[in-house]
Amino acid sequence: MPVETWLIFLLGFMILGSIVALEIRDILSSIVAVGVVGLALSIAFLFLQAPDLAVVQFLFEIFALIILVCAFVRKEFHALEPARASRWIFGFTLIGLAAILALSLKVFRLLPAFGRPLMEVSRHYLEHAAAETGAANVVTAVILDYRAFDTLGEITVLLTAILGTLTVLRTRARSGKGGDR
Amino acid sequence: MTLYVLCFALFLVGLYGILTKRDLVKIILSSGIMGYACNMMLVLFGYRREASYPILEKGREAAAMVDPLPQAMVLTAIVIELGIISLLAALAVRLFQKYRTYDITKIRRLSG
Repeated sequence: MPVETWLIFLLGFMILGSIVALEIRDILSSIVAVGVVGLALSIAFLFLQAPDLAVVQFLFEIFALIILVCAFVRKEFHALEPARASRWIFGFTLIGLAAILALSLKVFRLLPAFGRPLMEVSRHYLEHAAAETGAANVVTAVILDYRAFDTLGEITVLLTAILGTLTVLRTRARSGKGGDR
Repeated sequence: MTLYVLCFALFLVGLYGILTKRDLVKIILSSGIMGYACNMMLVLFGYRREASYPILEKGREAAAMVDPLPQAMVLTAIVIELGIISLLAALAVRLFQKYRTYDITKIRRLSG
């Protein structure tokens, strides 16, 4: 089978899984359904010839599942999801999203067709990566050599997010003056 | 083009969840779904027909490889997404401890 068929099948599966995750009432089932969507994305990355991404997506999925289950599946949270928003909001949202999808069809026709990327910058990377960086994996050559500052910024963002999480979750106030919480 | 439209439909499913759901957990999960769709779309743009993964080996030519640039960008985006999800989860847990509910219509007194 050509790769498009597999990808269409996987994307349909992901859309179905997302709808199930959003509409199901049990919160644990919802989290697991989103995890299944992420694993399907990992398989799709394998079909798109991106093995590094598949591995990272797999790890991300497991960690996200652990974080979400630890955070939200508790004894005290038995309240079912409240009834969804009013019928007006629901209808307007559906109509708006359908209109966006219909209008976007024209835009996707302007893009380069699937399977024929532009590759203006990356041709240079592919041809010169071995000589210039000495890395066999071109993706890591791009991350750690050609665009190292980008990675530095990414690490900064990640550290900021972790610091924010720790600050929000801290229960004890700092000792010293001013700590009146 | 079918693939692009399907991928965009996945993004819109996430947007639908953010707009209509009232449960904070569902909203966090919807933002995760939108992130999946964005990552997948970027990698779809870089796919090249009859090409293989961008790892240089002996006997393989650079001409027959997929675009490595979107893959590198998405690799960083996935990691950032994990940080964002943990931050959102922490905020939601804090809100639950204060208001004893995840329903966003009942969380009203946000100022102190």
